[in-house]
Amino acid sequence: MLTERKRVPIRPSRRGLLTGIAATAGAIVLAGCDRLDTLAQQGSWFRDNVLHLGEDFNRTVQRFFLKPDTLAREFGEADISKDFKANGTTDPDDPAYRALAANDFADWRLEVGGLVERPMTFSLADLRAMPSRTQVTRHDCVEGWSCIGKWTGVPLALVLEKVGVKPEGRYVLFTCADTLEQTLDDTGRYYETLGFEDAYHPQTILAYAMNGEKLTIPHGAPLRVRVERQLGYKMAKYVMKIDVIADYSGISRGSGGFWEDRGYDWYAGI
Amino acid sequence: MSATSSIASPPPAGGRAFVRRHTLLVRITHWINVVCILFLLMSGLQIFNATPALYLGQKADFAHPVASLAAENSPVGPVGVTTIGGVRLNTTGVLGLSTYGGQVAARGFPAWITLPSYQDLATGRRWHFFFAWLFVINGAVYLIVGVANRHLWRDLVPSRADLRGVGRSVVHHIQLRFDHVREYNVLQKLAYLVIVVVVLPLIVLAGMTMSPGLDSAFPWLVHAFGGRQTARTIHFIVASTIVLFVIVHLVMVLISGVWNNLRSMITGRYAIEPEAEPHAD
Repeated sequence: MLTERKRVPIRPSRRGLLTGIAATAGAIVLAGCDRLDTLAQQGSWFRDNVLHLGEDFNRTVQRFFLKPDTLAREFGEADISKDFKANGTTDPDDPAYRALAANDFADWRLEVGGLVERPMTFSLADLRAMPSRTQVTRHDCVEGWSCIGKWTGVPLALVLEKVGVKPEGRYVLFTCADTLEQTLDDTGRYYETLGFEDAYHPQTILAYAMNGEKLTIPHGAPLRVRVERQLGYKMAKYVMKIDVIADYSGISRGSGGFWEDRGYDWYAGI
Repeated sequence: MSATSSIASPPPAGGRAFVRRHTLLVRITHWINVVCILFLLMSGLQIFNATPALYLGQKADFAHPVASLAAENSPVGPVGVTTIGGVRLNTTGVLGLSTYGGQVAARGFPAWITLPSYQDLATGRRWHFFFAWLFVINGAVYLIVGVANRHLWRDLVPSRADLRGVGRSVVHHIQLRFDHVREYNVLQKLAYLVIVVVVLPLIVLAGMTMSPGLDSAFPWLVHAFGGRQTARTIHFIVASTIVLFVIVHLVMVLISGVWNNLRSMITGRYAIEPEAEPHAD
């Protein structure tokens, strides 16, 4: 077995042995892949406690480097995508939403409540009357594509200041009008949560306009969130209600968002 | 340190001697890397399948990908089509359209090479980030120690004499002539050096550039790559380069004395033939 040859002719017996090893290794790999599928499936201990370390590291390291005022890059008007892709729900069929859309959202009201001093409701006109921010930013989808759009809206920080956040508040919950997955218990309704470091970020806005026009239904009319340092799934569309909460574990399936409940990480910085 | 250890045992009958070729650190980091690259590749192809096309620049020009794997209808039924530049290839069964669990489905890479096998981006990401961190920590340990103990200079950076012998080394490789000496030959040195100081760090940086968070923290990253979509394309190309390297590496390991090579990367002991000229190749 230890005999070595200078000119490397592989002798037939050795070739047979190698083929055998390769075939065995192949069989182990194929069987192993099925095992790996099971090992990492949703709800498994391995997935939540071992594999999740990678995404915990992502969050810890990014939080270390991202200061509260670190901005995402802003682009020029010339960079705006001609064909900004609309993903997820693009035309909610929920009856309540259809009724609001039929009236061009004149009757839509944003409810802001939860752990706040002064729960309030805002019409679109109320939001448009508040100071606004316009930003041309790159939208990064978890699927890998990017588009650039111009967004105008009211900074979430201003809305939170108006209602007065109670000290026990930790997260901002966005409840949306769209049902992205049909379920019996309403856990298919879209929702998202943000921590305060992103909720109060200067580029975190409640956008009512895109590329200088009224926000369209595919992109989340009448109001969507922009969170420019994270991936698109954090940027809830069709926002109906904002609540300040202390904990998201009791909401829907408990992971802090529609996609988070389906295995995506709560921190979507990469 | 790996190639310079003294002879560990006297030449046995047959004129062979053993040297300690690879240090413990090189051996451990090598095998961790093997595991990482396998998992990163398979989970990476799962992630790629979420958008089985590549673009250039900051944003995706959906109508003009530089490459794509797609399923299309044709007179003979659905086909898998791979497009690279302007070239269209029918890759039914493997790329663009393949069978999983008895069902024909539109998917970029087939189930047998992705992790998980079924389409599940969230789980693919979980695998990918776990092994990405292991890969980065492992690579950092290797590079830091490799610089500190001069392993990189001693064993991988070719000398002037090595570089003058490139032509001869190429000829020897074509002739499948491999002398068993302590040192790597110049082509090995160049290949390993480029992999550990250029290719592997580059794929990490390109991966980081796909992160909106890291792009905000380090704007130079995305400037350096010319956009997030370009970084994604480069990430894919570099991954393909690594696959190519691994294939060539495995072939060379197989044809240049597979047991000796394997033993040296497991135990460190490598048999040399004293009659071989030290710098012959």
